[in-house]
Order: sequence, then structure tokens, then C-alpha cells
Amino acid sequence: MSKKLAILSSVAAAALALALTSAPASAGDIVGLITKTNTNPFFVKMKEGFEAKAKELGLTPQAYAGKADGDNDGQVAAIEALMAAGAKGILLVPSDSTAIVPTVEKARKAGILVITLDTPLDPITAADANFATDNFKAGLLIGQWAKGTLGDKATSAKIATLDLSPNEPTVDYLRHNGFLTGFGIPVKDPKHYAMSDSAQIVGSDVTLGSDEGGRQAMEKILQKAPEITVVYAINEPAADGGYAALKAAGKEKGVVVVAVDGGCFGVKAVKSGVIGATSQQYPLLMASKGVEAVAEFIKTGKKPESIDTGEQLVTDHPVPGVPSITTDEGMKLCWG
Amino acid sequence: MSEASQGQRPAPQDFERALAAASSAQASFEEEHLSPIKRTQRFLHAYPTVVPFVVLLLGLLLGVTVNFDRFATGSNLSTVLTQVTIIGILGIAQTLVILTAGIDLSVGVIMVISSVVMGRLGVLDGVPVIIAFPLGLLCGVACGYLNGTLVTRLQMPPFIVTLGTLSIIGSLNTFYSQSETIREQDIEAQAPFLQLMGIPFEIGGARIILGSFLLIVLAVIVWYVLNRTAYGRHIYATGDDPEAARLAGINTDHILLSVYVLAGLISAIAGWALIGRIGAISPTAGENANLDSITAVVIGGTSLFGGRGSIVGTLIGALIVGVFRSAVSLAGLDVLWQEFAIGVLIIVAVALDQWIRRVSK
Repeated sequence: MSKKLAILSSVAAAALALALTSAPASAGDIVGLITKTNTNPFFVKMKEGFEAKAKELGLTPQAYAGKADGDNDGQVAAIEALMAAGAKGILLVPSDSTAIVPTVEKARKAGILVITLDTPLDPITAADANFATDNFKAGLLIGQWAKGTLGDKATSAKIATLDLSPNEPTVDYLRHNGFLTGFGIPVKDPKHYAMSDSAQIVGSDVTLGSDEGGRQAMEKILQKAPEITVVYAINEPAADGGYAALKAAGKEKGVVVVAVDGGCFGVKAVKSGVIGATSQQYPLLMASKGVEAVAEFIKTGKKPESIDTGEQLVTDHPVPGVPSITTDEGMKLCWG
Repeated sequence: MSEASQGQRPAPQDFERALAAASSAQASFEEEHLSPIKRTQRFLHAYPTVVPFVVLLLGLLLGVTVNFDRFATGSNLSTVLTQVTIIGILGIAQTLVILTAGIDLSVGVIMVISSVVMGRLGVLDGVPVIIAFPLGLLCGVACGYLNGTLVTRLQMPPFIVTLGTLSIIGSLNTFYSQSETIREQDIEAQAPFLQLMGIPFEIGGARIILGSFLLIVLAVIVWYVLNRTAYGRHIYATGDDPEAARLAGINTDHILLSVYVLAGLISAIAGWALIGRIGAISPTAGENANLDSITAVVIGGTSLFGGRGSIVGTLIGALIVGVFRSAVSLAGLDVLWQEFAIGVLIIVAVALDQWIRRVSK
């Protein structure tokens, strides 16, 4: 009995000690970052850039994340926690670009500056500003590159798409439809995607943006459609998983894989030939510009304009008419 | 033997002389000396809600210690209350089930599918809300009926049944909702009744949503049923010892079925409150709600083995989860430490419950 009491009291003491030793630095105003997850290296890098810039500008950073890509509840709770902590600005990467809107409006009504990073809200004006890649353009570039690489085989190509999640957030349909448009396939509904958009799309599944998600999705697609010539993936971890599934099935020869992200890991994959081309994004730039905008807002009350943080095609086999940079240049700019 | 013969005892006979050395005191009980720990154990056995209440006080103390200016404000505490409203309502449903020594892993998906039914019918299909809302509740009742029937008719363990219905109802939810989120503006335009539970009341610095009042009302009703009606007694009896309950004339099958149906209905009500809380209807919501509801019930002192527990305990359990999360968050710690703290709390709560049960030793 006394053993249990001892354990109880030591846990309570530990919790108390932990809390007391990490009392918040009452340095500056609080700026919050809410990403989709803590496991995607894209968001890990974004968090690092965010914390560094905040400390540089004398603000106190507080970072949150959902439990998985698509976890809206966790992001709602995070916004509320930041409101309770008295944050002056919130940088948000929304998991569900529609469902989080009412909570964002609550925060904005309380006078907090809300900037979306990477993924815009739907409607985009629900946030004060959006600092992101032009996701449509990112998809367009890789679509145009894939079409140019295949040449006259493009019209008979069999496409597999590895998408993000069933609730089709903005980043998902923008990149997907950008890819199709660049490839030369007309898109039926700009805010949705479906296999029925074109007979050339032989397989389509969601990956939740992860490596194992990409692998499972590709395996399911291969069961229905054993012959694939082009793979579009929402991001590099999904592309990597998809390639691994193709290789395990012995079908990776001659398949053109394109993705979006531009992380160092992804650029290396382009160098080694696993991925044909990728559109590079700049998450560190998104985070640091976001923190700067919040600092400006705290000082002068000025609200920022939306910024396109840039997207560049990274490939070692450029296609005429599609601007791109080499993988060496990509490695210099990459994150992660 | 009788007192009449006390005064005139006949002289002991030969065979009785051996008894002369024996004690002639009346039968007595051994005075058991109780150590303070044993005394506490017996006290807690009689009043099991004291433990979660003390833990809640400790949590509040912790919160005040880590961030004095921000934690004890009306706005922060009301935010905590808002955050635990949904888990609290689901916890009430879960308490009913766990009291019967069962468990319901599907409360979260029942909540979501009910909210999706209300939303799709009321907002997207234009059905008047006076029909859409009860249909959503009916959906929850139907799911609960499915659970209850499988548990009672097929005699399957509740864990297995609700594990299965979790997946079944979850996929039906994905199918029916087409994974579409229904926007707040659309709900406001077509069926504002669905967002009723999100209406806030500003009292001082605190902002309490109507849903929290719904939670209190539900808790009072269920508390009354559990503690002041025969039906409630039967629920406790069925959970504590189903064989004895059955032999005492309680129809345990009816009790179990009704408990699962009630849990389904209350989960549907939670779905209604969820629409108010979030504003929009997201079919991917409530992923963690299943486990969170069990956490609130367990930390609140209800035994997973059935027969012991209270609604008050569950409410306190839900508040404990919210308070600890808020305290850890205001301490500036990474979110993962919130989950760590909740995990430690669960283990401590169940260990304490086991210890309290062993009072006789």
C-alpha cells in the first residue's frame, strides 16, 4: 500500500517539478504555430524555422500540431489554447480547410492575426493572409514536365495519382488539378478531383502524405491496374512509398514519378532517379515571413498581404519551355 | 449458558475441571487496529468520488503554479469547460455502459454519424430541421440498438462487438458523408438550430457555451436515474454481478440492451453539441473521442469491472483531462507532454481503483 502511495506522490512531485522548471519565458508576446502533424519533415522544418525566427525577433514561440493529417479537433483545441495563452498571432497549416474556419473567425474576432501557411482556407479570405506556395502552379510545373518528358507517349500514358486525404483539402485538389492541367488533361471541377476526370487515370488513392500511405495506396492501385507509366504524388514521402511498391512489384522500369515538396531528401531522390522531377517549396521562408508579419502586426497593427513563397521545378532532365533548376541548385535551397 | 444459572453454579464435575483455566469472557470480536492507510482505503471505498476530486484540485493547483496570470482567468477556465463538453457528454454515455461491466468503443463514430445525418438532411437536402434533428437522434439510437442486440442476443463480449461496429459505423459515415465537410455558413443559412449548442454566454470574462449547460442537465438527469430509480439500481446490479442480478429477478438482457441504446442516444446528442462547438460538420471529427471518453470515465473513478462508479466522477474525470491539458499547454511545454500526463493519470487512476476494491484484505 505504501509503495503505491510513494509512486503516486513521486509522480505528482515530478509533474510539479517539470512544470516549475519550465515556466514560460515571459520574454515577448506569444506567437503560435499550428501544423498538421509533427511527423512530416516538412512541418518539422517549418517549426524549426518558426522557433528560430521568433527568438530572433524577441517573441515567444508556441508550437502545436494535430495528431495526424486531417485531425481538425486537435487544431481547434490548439487555437483555443493559444487564445487562452494570449497569443498575438497564429500561423496555421489547416488540416481541414473548411471545418476550421469558424474557429479561425473566433480568433480573429478576438484581435489575433491569423495567417495560413502552405494550405489556404476555403474561402481563402477567412484568414488575414496566406503565405504559401502557389500549389496549382507547383502541380502545373510537374504536369508540364511530365508531358514534355513523355513526348508523344503522353496521350496514351496511364496515370496513377497518390493524393492526400478523402476530404480533399485545398492543397490536395490544387496540386492534383494543376498536374492534370499541365499534363494537358482538362479538369471538370476545379475544387474536386476524381478518376472519372479522364480515362488516362487508371488508379487513384489517398496516402495521408506519408511514406507507408504512399506504399499502401500504390499497392492497391497496382492490383487494379498493373501497367502504370506516370505517377503523380502529393508529396515526396508519398512518392517514395509509391516507388517502393512499384519496385517490389518489379514495375518501376520506365515509370515517370513526379511530386511536390523539394525537401533535401526529395531532391536526393530526384538525383538518384527515383523521382523524375519535383516542385520545390520553401517552408522555412513561409515560417519566417509569418513570424515577421506577426511582429509587424504587434508593433504597428498593420495586416500583411498574401505572399507566394515560390515554387521551382527541380530536375536533372529539363524539358524545353518549362523553367527548372538542377538538383545541385536544389540541394542548396532544400530544407530538411 | 443462561444467566439464571450464574449465581448458583453447581460445583464443577471431574471432567469440567479442565475448563477452569479457560477464559470465561463473553464472545467478543478482535479489535482490529487500522493503520491510517487502511482507514483511507475504507473511506475511499465508501466515497469513491473523493479521489478524482482531489486529483482535480491538484490539477488546478498545478495550473495556477505554472502560469498564474493566465490559468485562473474566467476565460481560460471557461475554455477548458468548452473543450471538455463533448468528452463529458460522451463520458456520460460511456459511464452507463461501463457500469454494466461493458465498454463502448463506438461512441465517437455514433456521435459523428449522427451529426452528419442531421447536417446532410437539414442543410444539404433541405429537409426541415424539425425532421432532420430527430432523425439524427434516431440514427444514434439505431446504432446503440445494434450494439445492444449483438451483446445480448449473440452473447458476444462488448469489447469485440463495439470494435466491430466502430469500423462498420465509421465506414458508413465515410460513405454517407462523401467525406465532405459541411460549412458553417451553409448551416447558419439552412438549419441554425443545429448550431444552437454553440451559442456563448458571456459572464464576466468567462464564455460558456450552451452545450456546457446541456452537459450539466444531462448529467443531472442521468445521475437521478442511476441513483434514485430502480432502473438505476438494476444497472449497478447487472454490472456488479450479472448472475446474482438475474437470480434476483432482474432482466439483465433488457438492462444491457437499454443501456447501449441510451448510450447511442446520448452520443447522438453529443453530435448535436459538436456541431455547435466546431461550427462546421466534419466527418473526420471525433477520431480520438472514443478513447477520450473512456479516459474521462476511468480517471473519474468508475471501475472497468462494473458495478462501481458515478456520473459526478465522470464529469470530474473529463475536467481533470481538460485542466491537465491546459496546465501543460500554458507551461509552454510541447503538446506531447499533455498525452504523457494523461497516460500517467490513467494508470494511477486504475491502480487506485484496484487498491480501493481490495478493502477486505
